[in-house]
Amino acid sequence: MKKDISKKIESLKPSGIREFFDLVIGMDDVISLGVGEPDFVTPWNIIESAIYSFENGYTSYTSNKGLFELRYAISEDIQKKYGVKYNPDTEILITVGVSEAMDLVMRSMLNDGDEVLIHEPCYVSYAPTVSMAGGKVKRINTTLENNFKVMPEDVRKSLSKKTKLFLLNYPCNPTGTSYSKGELSKIAGEIKKSDIIVVSDEIYGGLTYDYTHTPMFTFPGMKERTVYMNGFSKVHAMTGWRIGYTCGPEWIISAMNKIHQYTILCAPITGQIASIEAIKRGSEAVNEMKKAYKRRRNFIVSGLNELGLKCHLPEGAFYSFPSIKKTGMDSKTFSNALLKSEKVAVVPGTAFGENSEGFVRMCYATNIKNIKEALFRIKRFLKSSR
Amino acid sequence: MDEILEILEKDARTTPKEIAKMTGKKESVVKQKILEYEKKGIILKYRAVLNEEAIKDKNFNEVRALIEVSISPERGVGFDKVAERIYSFSEVKSCYLLSGGYDLLLIVTGKNINCVGNFVAEKLSTIDHVRGTQTHFILKKYKQSGDIFYTRKKDKRLAISL
Repeated sequence: MKKDISKKIESLKPSGIREFFDLVIGMDDVISLGVGEPDFVTPWNIIESAIYSFENGYTSYTSNKGLFELRYAISEDIQKKYGVKYNPDTEILITVGVSEAMDLVMRSMLNDGDEVLIHEPCYVSYAPTVSMAGGKVKRINTTLENNFKVMPEDVRKSLSKKTKLFLLNYPCNPTGTSYSKGELSKIAGEIKKSDIIVVSDEIYGGLTYDYTHTPMFTFPGMKERTVYMNGFSKVHAMTGWRIGYTCGPEWIISAMNKIHQYTILCAPITGQIASIEAIKRGSEAVNEMKKAYKRRRNFIVSGLNELGLKCHLPEGAFYSFPSIKKTGMDSKTFSNALLKSEKVAVVPGTAFGENSEGFVRMCYATNIKNIKEALFRIKRFLKSSR
Repeated sequence: MDEILEILEKDARTTPKEIAKMTGKKESVVKQKILEYEKKGIILKYRAVLNEEAIKDKNFNEVRALIEVSISPERGVGFDKVAERIYSFSEVKSCYLLSGGYDLLLIVTGKNINCVGNFVAEKLSTIDHVRGTQTHFILKKYKQSGDIFYTRKKDKRLAISL
């Protein structure tokens, strides 16, 4: 038989750090700063609500768009926090994490050759999701000098007639970079001058430490140009439940729902029920986790800078993104050597885009004791590799 | 509550330098604040939280009991004077005044059940104003002051995820 795989999939680049992953997974006693999820277990009231739902026989499908009660709770929550009303019937879709929502929006919106603006470094799935949907990625490189922020003029310069979407992620994985209201308003200004839609991945929005997070849809004229994405994974420590949601104009959400109903049918009911509990009674636990993250962030960033690994203060998420250029190593070599000699796992920056050579991602979703020990080992590593 | 107190309450061995890094305050400011808290009696002392059940020392024996005590208050000083007479015994590790069906809740320790029994019979019950007691022996400690004593949960995450 001829082993003939779709050209689109064949041309996707495999992750360049697969071997590194395998190496880490085969080792014991590693202090891992390489994860992309909270160290906290889902708060008990949320878990308990799921157990209760099982006991009561909630094991069926839900409507394609998700449980109305959850969509309604999301709508209420957004209105309460930001004063913007999304219709739970037509403008909200519950998805299997933001990952699914991202795939849906690309497939709903793109025709072959349409361009999508993406800022790099960025989350690993963005570019492949665009290419799988037939789109073309146009990159905006962000730099440490600008704290990895997208500048409004970068957006202006990158726009072309073919640009259809601008994918913005803040706070950003892997850099932790976010934007103040003023900074966002300038970016929104550029978008409004054009005819593009913003896909705004704000999954880490609830983990913003130095100011209040401002969603893109809050700016005048932006609600109709924004596909907002959020979920419960990061903020409520619910990564494994796989519940995300997306809010946007009816014409986009209904197109996304077309694909969703044929490919996914609906997000798992248990996770949806648990998410209702998270929205209604989750904020206290979130505040506690946020406090812990903020302390760890301050601790690791000041520690890394003391070691000479230059690092900006990330405003959100749980990642620091230090430069390792002074070691003279590339990011893969650095990560490999650090893992082998000191058993500290970090992720090479190059996993998040080619312009991230010379950086590594260190996640601080781990306890202070581990962070302290990791910093100590990194210090010893830097000394020995001098 | 001040962040410094929150951090120390979780881990009293966190150094002023570390607290300074976590909070973005100056180390000297943190030191000064801690000193003030100690002086004002807001920080009473620093000590380790022990899981007594994990101590494998043959010579170490301890039983703990919760004792509910009903008392009649004294004129002029209310419950405080009686409470003082009770909590001054070294066997009494904790003492709370409560609303509800009884008045004081004690946590009492002794080498064995007899020791606690004797304390209740000979000392506690014989105090004037003590009207009655109910003793409950503690069989197992699951959680205390937010710390879970039994399960050590392993990190179940993958070591690397993007």
